[in-house]
Amino acid sequence: MPQTVFAPWDDPNEKPLIRFQNVTKRFGDFTAIDDISLDIYTREFFALLGPSGCGKTTLMRMLAGFETPTEGTILLSGQDIAPVPPNKRAVNMMFQSYALFPHLSVWENIAFGLKREGKDKGTIETRVAEMLKLTRLEKFKHRKPHQISGGQRQRVALARSLAKAPKLLLLDEPLGALDRKLREETQFELMDIQEKTGTTFVIVTHDQEEAMTVASRVAVMDEGKLMQVATPDRIYETPNSVYVADFIGDVNIFEGRAHQTGDKVQMIWADGQPPLSCTTSKNFSLDQKCWLAIRPEKIAISAERPQAANTVRGKVIDIAYLGNISTYHVALPSGQMIKAQAANTRRIERRTFTWEDEVWLSWTDTAGVLLDR
Amino acid sequence: MKRLSWFNVTSLTFGFAFLYLPMVILVIYSFNSSKLVTVWAGFSTRWYGELLQNDQMLDAAWVTIRVALASATLATILGTLAAYVLVRSGRFLGRTLFGGMIYAPLVMPEVITGLSLFLLFKPIFNQLGIHTIILAHATFSMCYASVVVSSRLVSFDRSLEEAALDLGATPFEAFRLVTLPIIAPAVISAWLLSFTLSLDDLVIASFTTGPGATTLPMKIWSAVRLGVSPEINALSTIMIGIVTIGVITASLASKRAAVRRAGEERAAVRT
Repeated sequence: MPQTVFAPWDDPNEKPLIRFQNVTKRFGDFTAIDDISLDIYTREFFALLGPSGCGKTTLMRMLAGFETPTEGTILLSGQDIAPVPPNKRAVNMMFQSYALFPHLSVWENIAFGLKREGKDKGTIETRVAEMLKLTRLEKFKHRKPHQISGGQRQRVALARSLAKAPKLLLLDEPLGALDRKLREETQFELMDIQEKTGTTFVIVTHDQEEAMTVASRVAVMDEGKLMQVATPDRIYETPNSVYVADFIGDVNIFEGRAHQTGDKVQMIWADGQPPLSCTTSKNFSLDQKCWLAIRPEKIAISAERPQAANTVRGKVIDIAYLGNISTYHVALPSGQMIKAQAANTRRIERRTFTWEDEVWLSWTDTAGVLLDR
Repeated sequence: MKRLSWFNVTSLTFGFAFLYLPMVILVIYSFNSSKLVTVWAGFSTRWYGELLQNDQMLDAAWVTIRVALASATLATILGTLAAYVLVRSGRFLGRTLFGGMIYAPLVMPEVITGLSLFLLFKPIFNQLGIHTIILAHATFSMCYASVVVSSRLVSFDRSLEEAALDLGATPFEAFRLVTLPIIAPAVISAWLLSFTLSLDDLVIASFTTGPGATTLPMKIWSAVRLGVSPEINALSTIMIGIVTIGVITASLASKRAAVRRAGEERAAVRT
């Protein structure tokens, strides 16, 4: 059965819910956001990913109304939101610290926003009950925030920010305070709730796994700039720069000079080594500096020299055994360390190579991505 | 635990004697049955009874309490607002100057504060009286109130206010519904401190008073100049009692709130 793929960003007729137009934000001499243009669509689960200090939180706080852009405009449903104060925006935020009101019960925390809207008692009670049910907090509604666990507090914060049925929900590192197992469960819960409510989510995180898991699209940021905006699989498979390739997952980077013929590039990368071959859709000038990025799982490791487009010889320095897979750290004659991953399909005692053994690494000419920056 | 040496014991004894001996003697003599202040003639509560018959003293006490109630309330409101602005508004032109100016009256000699207030009030009001004492007391106790409140606000998690705004509260609602309930213990101890300060004050009240507005400290001061009567001892003992209770309540309230707040915030902010 064919399913319609959710990809409003590919549809030129689709109107974005949020549009950043050349937005710049400066704090004194420091440029937190540097000329960003970005569209986010209705019902998207959009992740802003980057190291701390890259400007992702500032971008989110501008959406919430706690910061105003120095230059450029932010449109929400086509309207400039710069003059709208935070308490008048159809945008709610879930704070990193949760910011639950310590003097109010769970029920009162969730009802806070509805009461400010001046809704009548019945409506408020129905809506809060709905939210308590959605986040499975019915049993805790009379408790104060300090009487419940971290995971429950996280759900109260989520229920409180969803209660007003905002057009847009902002989540600032929502799972940062949870332990790993709870975080993974909550990621799926978040996706589930996002689908049920149909709300547009924008999540800020520095955890690339989290971004990849929950998001429909990921924006990788660095030093106030957007490095790449794409779906998780495209970010992983076809990063547009060494920065993005390196930030998302594990990667091996070969640096060299390009010799292009058609869509084939021969990359000269080390003295006395045959050039590495790969395919690309980009155009490289002769001897242009370039980088080949290859994921460890796309590199095969073997004791005998295999038939492949690229083969390099090295020595096993380290083996990280993870049960189902092992990651081999292989030193090339140049001293460069390459990571190769292999599934442990054979029993460990029957493996043909181990520490200090000479091995062959190989990969096809489509395995890597050739990058120009 | 380390044992105290004879030197520590002696200095401790001298120190406390120096601080509290005069008050202890005053309290003891307030229960003296003799009319002569310096001659002990047996235990009696006679002077407390006579005090209750003394209309002038009771009037003065009533004035003092009204002044203290009104000025403490005024000082707490103004002090809380000043603290809020200073802690919250970040950097603005003249912030340091403004902050310094709020705390300056703390170290200003009372005589100067009193005199300058007198010079200010004289041309403004037809007549000095209870209202000018209230204003004067509010002025000098406001800085104490703002110190107490701002020390609490500094550790207040700003994102709580942002969350309230984000959920649709106006800035005033955010203050009233979120900030104020959480800092309430500090506001209460600020009020109690201002109340106590107003109760104690003689110098500033003397400068800013008018006909018919005699506070208890002023009454005591003028009575003592005509000779110390055991009645005054009784009255002073009562005042010592009130002030002690006030100070202890305020410090207990803020300490208990601090402990509870620390626990709650730790729990509410992070797992």
